[in-house]
Order: sequence, then structure tokens, then C-alpha cells
Amino acid sequence: MSSGANKIIEPGTHFLMGNEACALGAVVAGCKFFAFYPITPANEIAEYMSVLLPKVKGIYIQMEDEISSIASVIGASWAGRKAMTATSGPGFTLMQENIGYAVATETPCVIVDVQRCGPSTGTPPLPMQGDVYQAKYGSHSEYPIIALAPSSVKEMFTLTIESFNLAEKYRTPVILLSDALVGHLMETFEIPDLSQIEIVERKKPDKETSDAKYFLDEDVAPMPVFGCGYKAHVTGSTHDEKGLRNVEDPVYVDKVVRALHRKIEKHKENIVKVETKFLDDAEIALLTYGSVARTAIHVVNQARKTGIKVGIIRLITLWPFPDVQVQSAARKTGRIVVMENNLGQVVNKVSEVAAKYADVKFLPPRIIGSLHEPEYVINFLKEVY
Amino acid sequence: MKKVRIHINEDLCKGCGICISLCPNKVFAKSEEISSKGVFLPVIIHGDKCIACRICEEHCPDLAIFIEAQDVEK
Amino acid sequence: MDQKHVHPLLVKYARIGAYKQPHCPGCGNGIVAQCMLRAIDELKLDMDKIVFASGIGCSSWIPSPLFNADVLHTTHGRSLAFATGVKLSNPELRVVVFTGDGDSAAIGGNHLIQAARKNIEILTVLVNNRIYGMTGGQVAPTTPHGVKTKTTPYGNLEYPFDLCKLVEAAGASYVARWTTFHTRQLVSSMKKGLLKKGFSFIEVISQCPVQYGTFVGIRDPAEMLHIFRKISVPFEKAKNMSREELEGKIVIGEFVDIERTGLAEAYQRLLEMMNL
Ligand SMILES: Cc1ncc(C[n+]2csc(CCOP(=O)(O)OP(=O)(O)O)c2C)c(N)n1
Ligand code: SF4
Ligand SMILES: [Mg+2]
Repeated sequence: MSSGANKIIEPGTHFLMGNEACALGAVVAGCKFFAFYPITPANEIAEYMSVLLPKVKGIYIQMEDEISSIASVIGASWAGRKAMTATSGPGFTLMQENIGYAVATETPCVIVDVQRCGPSTGTPPLPMQGDVYQAKYGSHSEYPIIALAPSSVKEMFTLTIESFNLAEKYRTPVILLSDALVGHLMETFEIPDLSQIEIVERKKPDKETSDAKYFLDEDVAPMPVFGCGYKAHVTGSTHDEKGLRNVEDPVYVDKVVRALHRKIEKHKENIVKVETKFLDDAEIALLTYGSVARTAIHVVNQARKTGIKVGIIRLITLWPFPDVQVQSAARKTGRIVVMENNLGQVVNKVSEVAAKYADVKFLPPRIIGSLHEPEYVINFLKEVY
Repeated sequence: MKKVRIHINEDLCKGCGICISLCPNKVFAKSEEISSKGVFLPVIIHGDKCIACRICEEHCPDLAIFIEAQDVEK
Repeated sequence: MDQKHVHPLLVKYARIGAYKQPHCPGCGNGIVAQCMLRAIDELKLDMDKIVFASGIGCSSWIPSPLFNADVLHTTHGRSLAFATGVKLSNPELRVVVFTGDGDSAAIGGNHLIQAARKNIEILTVLVNNRIYGMTGGQVAPTTPHGVKTKTTPYGNLEYPFDLCKLVEAAGASYVARWTTFHTRQLVSSMKKGLLKKGFSFIEVISQCPVQYGTFVGIRDPAEMLHIFRKISVPFEKAKNMSREELEGKIVIGEFVDIERTGLAEAYQRLLEMMNL
């Protein structure tokens, strides 16, 4: 299905809100189904999608809750459409069971979580990076996931496209872990000529054969989408390569858990992205992601002027965790300061992989849900220095 | 007149007894011996009484029984 | 496998290697499965253009893995939401949902009434065995008042849903109820539902000889079918009966059969208008 995006999206400079850029990115990526349940601070994605999608023969539907939103997205994906949903913390929690289902059934789809503040209802319009672990461990048992963290309006556009590409390539749900700050931020950004943007389409089986394998291939099996005569059998129960249920033989549980895991782990090198700056001569690395990275970049520039040799490593991919890249930054600098807008999530993972190479320190904002003030960070760096 | 053939699939039948009980002409009885699959299969005791109403077939939860019926000249 | 005596419906429509029903001996789910295959056969529908979705429960194993077609066996209670995504995405596919009373009257209750309200073109077959079969016989929102189950050892204090009334009020285009005794009526309703251009709902009161049967003291599936026949009252007749007279009865028949544009078709019209 052609995206049709060139009919409605002009290349050039755009001045938009992060959430709107996300909607544009989805359309460019070829998204043809979007399901939603209203929630702050994700609403603008849905509002824009409801305008855009029918113009490119896409479907927008408001479902009765987030459980059914992700469910209909998975159904749409099996019916052959690129599909997405968006939400914030409370809705993300409701989606968890079906996200696990999407992982187990190897269903490509994109879930945008525009994170907000606090447990439970919390403070909806304030940003927080509280769902990093939920993105990886929110559904039951054990499974791999891909999660990306955009830092700017531009990345709400580009990483939404990237999310779709990864989802289609690896037949997996991908989580775009944004937050209220990036979602509601307004910035200018460039949309290139759409023909320059790489768009990935899922592999489909050549034809129906009796020995066809549609699941559990660590190099990603072709997806037998519905209505083409593949007679696909899709189940969240433990299954074999044909998708047929086998809940008697424990060997199959082992197979499913490992094959799903390896499918992502084996291709980690091609999935994981980080951005580094000034690391070559740095004696401290600031490690950040998402909205907090904006302050970090500003701080690095300031601190360098005062003679603190600080560099930056910004995680674009949060899951699978960029351990190789983090270890390399740790080796180079010997000191890592992890900045995030929570009481310490990514920092645990950083300590786990890098503590033997570097001294790992954690710096939350003074007030959770607010920005790190540059002076506050610089003072902390001076202490560490 | 109908020529009737009753097919019972011994691999699929679980011996629930629905066919035996629902048949209006009591064509079947429960086997007295247990099969190699551990099931008391229905046995045809009055095959000639079958009128091919298919009540047994339609109520078989295991699609283990079906009737072939052909009209034949008297 | 005994090849000589394989039912023609299995030969035509069953997945190879999946002929053996996964249910307990005498379970009504297999009867419902057979009725659906018969309805499809009588209508001469192409199985490659039907998607069967189901939730979690014994009844949700009706199409999975038996039906040799695209099958989406989903999470508990959510099959209608998954199916909504399928139908909207490819309206040329017929979508049939198999679900249970726990699946769609308890955990998935909201999806059921919302799907009916949306009038999405899905045929839903809800197998009501008045119990949670798969998990071992716990009380369901359809268990009659007073009945003892695994989790109502002193009798059920609650009252059961009338699911057909619920779905009718929510806006479905077709609503019917039969029992596993009424196979011919069920096939005929399924045929209507398969052709309907709106939300169709068929409730099948079914025997669970193993769980429900144990609690009510009737373990013989055939006896349960005889009882279904005896206590069923046609809708037309039930209209003139009092609440007391209807106590313990099953009202069967077609309750709703109307024409109203379904959601997938409405959406296609919108897309055509916008992309002229
Ligand atoms: C979220 C969730 N909660 C609970 C379960 C456990 N569970 C499996 S089947 C079932 C009940 C099914 O009852 P019903 O829909 O009536 O199907 P039946 O087995 O009676 O046909 C439950 C509660 C589950 N699988 N998922
Ligand atoms: S527990 Fe009941 S509903 Fe489930 S398969 Fe057995 S008889 Fe059927
Ligand atoms: Mg039940």
C-alpha cells in the first residue's frame, strides 16, 4: 500500500508541536491504521491522525479504552496495515497484556507513550521519564522489546518513522517513549523530499507451502497476513513455527522465549543508536535521553567553557539497552553522570553494564517533573570533577 | 427409500453417548467393551431403522459420525 | 487416523492434523463448530476470505486450530477489539468471533456492547455454558441465581445477564439465541449472521458436562440436550408469559433482524468521498 503521504505532506520547514510531528512521521512511514483512547498529553497525535489518515485511505478509530486500542492495532496489522496507537502512562499500563501478545505473535506495530508525571493519575501535563522500565518489563513473563526516546520535535518525526521501520523489519511492537515536554514542544524542523526517506515494508511469504514457517525465526519469518490464503494460525499461546499451539511440551516454551529474544538480540547492532559528542577528550560523560538530553547538551557547551572536560552520550535506543556503547563511553571517561527525569531507572542499567569501567553517578532534577537547571547540573559536575 | 450408510470414526469419537440418546429410532447402543482408545464407542444395533434424519451427526461434538444417504428405487 | 470415516466437513474445512476436537467428551463447543462449518458449506463461502477470531476459554478453541482459515486466537475478552481492527482494515474479509460467557460477558463485556453499538460487521458466536469452563468451574456472570460452583460453594448470590437483551439495547443488527440442541435453527442463524452487513450476535446455550454438569448434577451431555429442548420457549410464545412463568426457561429465537449501515462500510464510503 503506497503511503500517499506526498499528496498531503510538503517537504521544507515546518513549525509544529512534537505530537503533530509524530503524526506526520507515521503517515510518511505508511501508517494506515490508528486507534486511540483520549489521554493527556498524547491527544494531539490522535487529533491530527483523525484529520490526516482518511486523506491517505487510512483508518482512524477511537476505541473504548487502551486495551481495545492496542488490540485493534494488532488486528489491523494482521490484516496487512501498518498500525499505531498512542497513549500516556495510565493507558500504557492497560495496554501491557496485549503488548506481550504482539511480541509473542510477532506483530509489527508502534505504540507511542507520551509519558506524564507521577504514579496513578498523577499530573497529566507534566513530563517524567517514569515508564522506561514499564516499556521493557510491563507485560508478564520475559520478552524483548524495542524502545526509542525522541529528544526533539524533529525526532518525533524521524523516530516515528524509525519505529515503523524497526517494527516491520523485526516483526515486533516498537515503543516510542516520548514525554509531555517533547510531545507539547513547538519547534521548526525540516522535512526532506519524501523519496529520500527510507521506508521498510514487512516480508511476506512467497506462496503458501505446507512446510512454510511463519514464526520463531531469529532472522524474522515472513508474515502471513490475513486474506491471502496462508491460513495463518496466530496465537499468544506457546506455539511452533507454523503458529500452532503446543502447550504440552515444555521444549516449545523454551523455543518461543529464546527465539523471540534472539530475534532482537542477534540484530542489536543494527537496531541500537546513540549519539555522542565531545567524548574523545572527555573526563566525564553525561548520559541522558529524551527531553532531558536537551538540557544536557546545553550544559555540556557551558561546562566546556569553564574548563570541565565533559562529553555526552545520548541514548536514542533505550531497549535493547546499548550496553556496548555505554561501556565504550565508560572506558573513555571513567566517570558517568546519568541524568534522567525520575528517581533512577536507566542509571541502574548503566551501573550494571559499566560500573567496572567507570564511576557511575545519578542526577535527577531538583524537582521531579521539572527540567534540570543548567547551574544545578554544572555545580554537580564541579563536585564530581 | 433411502440407502443409508452410517460412518463412525473411531479415532475421533470420545464416547459421549449423545448419538445413542438422541437417535429417534434407537439405532445405536453403547459398546460393552472399551476401545483401544479408552472409549465406549456407539455400535449400530438397528442399522435398518436409520431414516437418515442426521440428528446424531448434527449433534456430534467431535464430527465423528456422519450419514451417507442415497435415494434408491423401490 | 481412520481415513475412511472422516466427516466431509472436516475434509473440506479443517486444518490437517487438527481433526480431533480439543474439548471434553460431550462438550457443546464441538456442536457449535460443526454448525459453523455447515453454515459456511451451505453458503459456499471461501474460507480464505473469512477470519476467525477468538478470545480465551474452551469456547475460544472452536476455530483454533480446527478451522483451516486465518485464525486469530487473542487474549481473554479482547477478541472483538482485535476483530474490529481486522474488519476495518480489510472490509472484504468476513470476520467471525467465537467467544465465551466469561470472555465476553465479564472481562470483555465493554467490547461486546461497544462492538454492537458501532455496528461493526462481525458475526459473534457466544457460547454460553454458564460457567468458566477452562479455569475449572468458577461462577460466571451468566450462572443462574443460587447455583453452586467452585467459587459459589454456598450458591450464587448474583443474577445472570440476559445477553441478547444487552446486545439488542446496544444496537446490534442481528440477535438470536439457540441451544446446542437446536442445531438446524443455529445453522440458519449463522448463515444470516455471515451475510449480515452489521453486528450480528448469536448466543448459544451450551452444555459443559464436566464443570457445570458436575455442579448441577447432570453429567450426561445427552441429558443436558434433552433438558435444553424441554425448557426452551420460542420468543413469540415467551412474549405472553409472565416473569414467573419464564423462570428457569430459555427463550430462543431471533430477537433482532434489521438493516443499518455497518461501520466498515460507512468508513469505506468516507474514504471514497475523500479520495475522489
Ligand atoms: C487476563 C486473564 N485473566 C484470566 C485468565 C484466565 N482464564 C482463562 S479462560 C477463563 C474463563 C473462560 O470462561 P469462558 O469465557 O466462559 O469460556 P469457557 O471456558 O467457559 O468456554 C479465564 C478466567 C486469562 N487467560 N487472562
Ligand atoms: S470444561 Fe466444559 S466447556 Fe470446557 S471443554 Fe470441557 S466440557 Fe467443554
Ligand atoms: Mg463459559
